[in-house]
Amino acid sequence: MNFARRFASSLVAIVAALAVAIGLMLLVDAPPFEALKLLVEGSVGSDVKIADTFMAWAPLVLTSTGLIVTFAAGLWNIGVEGQVMAGAIAASWVARTVDGPVWLLIVLTMLAGMIGGALWALLAGVLKVYGRVNEIFGGLGLTFVAQALITYLVIGPWKRPGVASTSGTEPFPEHAWLPTLPGLRISLVAVGVALVAVIIIYFMLRGTRFGLRLKAVGKNSRSAYLLGIPTTRYMLAAFAIGGALAGLAGTIQATGFLHRLVPAVSGGYGYLGILVALLANSSTIWVPPVSFFFAMISVGSTQLQLRLNLDSSLGGVLQGVLVLFTLLAQGWQSRRIAREAAEASAAPPVKLVES
Amino acid sequence: MEAALATILAAAAPLVFAVIGETITEKAGVINLSLDGSIMLSAMAGFATAFVTGNLWLGFIVAALVGMAVALLIAFASISLKLNQVAVGFVLFALTRDLSSFLGNPYVHQRLAGVPHLPIPILENIPFLGPIFFQQDLVVYGSLVLIFVAYWFIFRTRPGLKLRAVGERPEAAHARGIPVNRLRYLYTAIGGALVGLGGAAFSLDMKLGWSYQHTLNFGWIALAIVIFGGWHPYRAALGAYLFGALQIIALKLQPIFPGLSQVLPSMPFPIMILTLVIIYTDWLKRLADRFPSLREFLASEPPSGSGVPFEPE
Repeated sequence: MNFARRFASSLVAIVAALAVAIGLMLLVDAPPFEALKLLVEGSVGSDVKIADTFMAWAPLVLTSTGLIVTFAAGLWNIGVEGQVMAGAIAASWVARTVDGPVWLLIVLTMLAGMIGGALWALLAGVLKVYGRVNEIFGGLGLTFVAQALITYLVIGPWKRPGVASTSGTEPFPEHAWLPTLPGLRISLVAVGVALVAVIIIYFMLRGTRFGLRLKAVGKNSRSAYLLGIPTTRYMLAAFAIGGALAGLAGTIQATGFLHRLVPAVSGGYGYLGILVALLANSSTIWVPPVSFFFAMISVGSTQLQLRLNLDSSLGGVLQGVLVLFTLLAQGWQSRRIAREAAEASAAPPVKLVES
Repeated sequence: MEAALATILAAAAPLVFAVIGETITEKAGVINLSLDGSIMLSAMAGFATAFVTGNLWLGFIVAALVGMAVALLIAFASISLKLNQVAVGFVLFALTRDLSSFLGNPYVHQRLAGVPHLPIPILENIPFLGPIFFQQDLVVYGSLVLIFVAYWFIFRTRPGLKLRAVGERPEAAHARGIPVNRLRYLYTAIGGALVGLGGAAFSLDMKLGWSYQHTLNFGWIALAIVIFGGWHPYRAALGAYLFGALQIIALKLQPIFPGLSQVLPSMPFPIMILTLVIIYTDWLKRLADRFPSLREFLASEPPSGSGVPFEPE
């Protein structure tokens, strides 16, 4: 799709999403424009808020970038939420047991998180490739298992001395925390890792033999197989990469933001990452800006709850409506293009949105 | 024993509605992945309607309409716009889930009298069967009737044959003059309405009331049960009842293993997945080959046109 058309459909989607949000706020008697102002102020209105938004941005970029890899291979890795959790568990284990200088802990927790997430994703991959369980359901099932595992750890072996509640483990020792800027909650390491991941994946999908073959598997795994690409191995590799990045997101959540393991450690960044990846339309370069916009909505909408007593789920509604309208607008456009093409010649219609 | 079985029958009733609804939709070749959100939104809408109007049955109707509306959106996006069903379904899941939290906020922990018990005279006095089947409420009776009606419709009527044809062999159906996409719209809408009724069965009956993410995860479980059920109403219902039984067992074990009480509720899903792996292995197929009369019941292949858009040329 050319840039002008893509821009037009994005604009239509944004306007439509805003209209729905305003309509919803009028429905519950809330002042729409004040709420939108609060949304912006609450996410980028001060140093503290910008720092918080970036701390939501980093894990979101990581999960979305990982999902772009699995989407490129034609896999619906909806179990990404569980991979974030598995990464957080592995990182927490290192943070609780290993003693050493801060830099070493950063490296080790992140490695552990990547391994944990990758293994969890590979489980879904193996279930798909060898067990014929659709990755959507295998992944969802494993998410339930990861969630149960965290709950078990938090109330069982890793419980705080004397207290058995689901509120979380003891905070990690401070040498295992990701260092933050003074007075702010932002960790430059987290932001840096997210940026590096985007750059690596961008070049991997665009310019390497591996990336191109991976996309071939995603487009048509049968032809790719007939051309001699080991499709099974490529699919498992995509799962592993996506899972490793999700696990990294879990690590950042645990060691950089919460400083302990809690049942809600994933922060929903797995599911939200799916929306970001869909909105970015499988283009890595769009992930950072789209993630920032989504992080703004997520962080800003907590202000709506505090100041206007609006449920903060409005942020999620806004994000969902935005993606829905973008998809619908794209579908509408490609249908029109297809019809124009069909009228102009007898050539078969081009499918642009089918992934 | 009777009491436990009666409880399972009642506890699984909302899932039965959702599972049968989704089975019908998928049989026609469309996958409605939004279930976890659309059940939640219809549960909220049903409860809110009943709370505001004081009319329980209006709540059920509104819930069915909400479920139908979400399903129609998926049908429009996937059939008319040829968008990916998984993508649209997932987005609608996230959207309807958050919408239910936002719009449902004023109704959290409001009280309402639920669906009244309605023992059926004479039949309720049958020993053993009476307490299990005939001392329930209209929602449970409805779920039981639905299972048989769905089976009879899908496998024993002409329209049911067409329903299976558009899901299995859309090209062949089209060649025989069956309006494939129109029927897919129709059965996606009907399935969505049943899913919506399932939502209302939660908020107005089995899990009376409304709270933040009131029906969390039941939609995903329903989707897993549809596969477990091999797209067959009887087996799908069996899956729903097995799940209900697991829930009751978890509840009973809670006082004995208090530490496990937080973990157990999420266990049925992985068990379901494990069962899927077993189902897909060969022995089920061999069993079906040995007992041809059971083939319909044991088949576990998805409708082959499921999830694939159809374009008449």
